[in-house]
Amino acid sequence: MELIKAENVSKEYQVGEVAIRALNDVNFAIEPASFISFVGPSGSGKTTLLNLIGCLDKPTEGRLTVADTDVAGLDRRQGAAFRGEHIGFIFQDFNLMPVLTVYENIEYPLLMVQNVAAAEREERVRKLLDAVGMLDQKDKYPDQISGGQKQRVAVARALVTNPKLVLADEPTANLDSKTAYMIIDLMKKMRDEFKTTFIFSTHDQKIVGEAEIIYTLVDGAIAGRQVKGGNDNG
Amino acid sequence: MGNLFKIALRNLRRYRRRTVLTASLIAIGVLFVLVFVAVSGSFKNMIIGQITDSMLGHIQVHRKGYVASIDNLPLTLNMKPEAMAKLEKTFQGMPEIAAYSPRIKFGGMFSSFTETTNIRLNGVYPEKELKTLPLLASRIVEGEKAIRKGEVIIPELIARGMKLNVGDTIVIIATNKDGSVNGKQLRVGGVLESATGPGGRDGYLHIEDAVEILRMDAIEISEIALRLKDFGELNAVNDTLNAVLLGEVNKQGKPAFEVHTWEGLSPFFNIARMIDIMTFFIKLMLIAIVLVSIMNVMIMAVYERIREIGTISAIGTMPGKILSMFLIEGFCLGVFGAIVGNAAGLIIIFILKAVKVTFEFGRQTGLVLSPTIDVSDLFVVSLIVIGVAIIGSLQPAFKASRMEPIKALRHV
Ligand SMILES: Nc1ncnc2c1ncn2[C@@H]1O[C@H](COP(=O)(O)OP(=O)(O)OP(=O)(O)O)[C@@H](O)[C@H]1O
Ligand SMILES: [Mg+2]
Repeated sequence: MELIKAENVSKEYQVGEVAIRALNDVNFAIEPASFISFVGPSGSGKTTLLNLIGCLDKPTEGRLTVADTDVAGLDRRQGAAFRGEHIGFIFQDFNLMPVLTVYENIEYPLLMVQNVAAAEREERVRKLLDAVGMLDQKDKYPDQISGGQKQRVAVARALVTNPKLVLADEPTANLDSKTAYMIIDLMKKMRDEFKTTFIFSTHDQKIVGEAEIIYTLVDGAIAGRQVKGGNDNG
Repeated sequence: MGNLFKIALRNLRRYRRRTVLTASLIAIGVLFVLVFVAVSGSFKNMIIGQITDSMLGHIQVHRKGYVASIDNLPLTLNMKPEAMAKLEKTFQGMPEIAAYSPRIKFGGMFSSFTETTNIRLNGVYPEKELKTLPLLASRIVEGEKAIRKGEVIIPELIARGMKLNVGDTIVIIATNKDGSVNGKQLRVGGVLESATGPGGRDGYLHIEDAVEILRMDAIEISEIALRLKDFGELNAVNDTLNAVLLGEVNKQGKPAFEVHTWEGLSPFFNIARMIDIMTFFIKLMLIAIVLVSIMNVMIMAVYERIREIGTISAIGTMPGKILSMFLIEGFCLGVFGAIVGNAAGLIIIFILKAVKVTFEFGRQTGLVLSPTIDVSDLFVVSLIVIGVAIIGSLQPAFKASRMEPIKALRHV
């Protein structure tokens, strides 16, 4: 059973009189525990698509289901609850809470979104701190650590709730290429460990190669699907 | 909840200077209100105390119509002994009344044999009068602090104007209600300091001397001053008395008596009311200060943190939680301001009290201002501040909670 299924999904933005078609009749299906990348030039619709999958926005046409839930049917509160339950987010600018320590940032979704009991919280936060190699930095504030470290904390925060799916829109755009590889590697390692589906977008051709399935977007349409080790334009 | 407080407090610390400035503004507002309430309140209470405890008493009862013509002290509107007996019975049945003092008020001529002037006099039962007016004795600045038969306590202005001393002989001449004139020779027993307000320049003599001068067959009382055990019961006792005495009607079927509290008898009541109104407006100003400064800060806070709001909203934080985060931040600011303001206010009030500021009211000098503030005032002002702080945060917090995560995340 697929985790995500897009059937004829389109998205239009209305800017004044003009309608901008950011996604045009997109179809795909994503299996659990996949490691997937969407690539494409700027303006090709990557962010738009990830926002739809992440229940942050709704398609104008077509049907998009995530974990058997029709995304279009969720209201504001249901959307928040659904995201808190099933989806982890990693952002281009890390987006850690500046007033919380590394530890507290990772703990945040368990505490403020999911109401997990203290003992279990501590166990899960420590496990992820360890997994992303930030245990010794746990009491620092975000402005006291490097960009790569911030993104590692963000990866831990996205995974701490054991989501089915982690979405990362250009997670490496603000990192040097060495750190970028490390973050992608970390994400892959996490996928292996937690069986979480990772979807990231990028226009960095070098990083793209790390994905197992690569979708290429051009002008809001899927122009290619490439499975690692072979080309599969189906 | 504890975590919401933690985040709110850390955000306040993050913008420390702004937090300190806003909290200070609120604290200064609180400080001004408290000091004003304490000073004006103590001034008001002291003056009311002076008026009620050295002249008027708390409540006065007259025959119906007396107060309207009180300036000419009409002997024809005095109360008959039967009426007086009824009233005394009523008073004795009311445990709220600590003391009462019947008075015969009349106007007359006052002659030192070389000079003559007008005088207004109260014929009183000395013990009753001194019990009803505990500060009266302190107004007797020369002579013994007592009202004896054969003596008259004269107002300071007459004593000075006519160069009279304690022990001097004078004559009082008065017309009684039948129109016949009579006089009596008395000794100056004491000199009475003037007080501001009605009756503040009246003389005192023993009620039996008054009866003799006015040639009354039976004692006819002009007014009865009442002192209550608890001044706070003023309106309640007034209502009770009115209700009880409404039943007493004269031959025409109209009420026989009228009851007034000091408020209806002294023009200072309007000043006291003015002070209350000013206090109200100063509180209103405090509310405006708190409201505007908190709203300003919280609008800034929300604007600066749009991306953070977008982030926490994207990862699943419920709108209600985001709302509480900002409300709690405003609440904490209000609490800081209230605490600092209360502390500073108490210190200033304490200093003012220690310094013993004196002031004058009318002819009374050397009144010592002793500002005090009720714990209830501290609570009310603090609650107002904190409540308004929450109200001021409501709109920005609501805006934050309603933000679309994608829009917020795109915000630069
Ligand atoms: N909120 C919006 N309102 C109007 N048009 C939008 C909005 N968001 C995106 N678009 C338009 O939709 C198209 C796709 O944008 P999108 O952000 O999805 O591209 P992208 O692939 O993420 O680009 P980039 O690599 O630059 O991030 C673009 O033409 C963009 O201008
Ligand atoms: Mg994008």
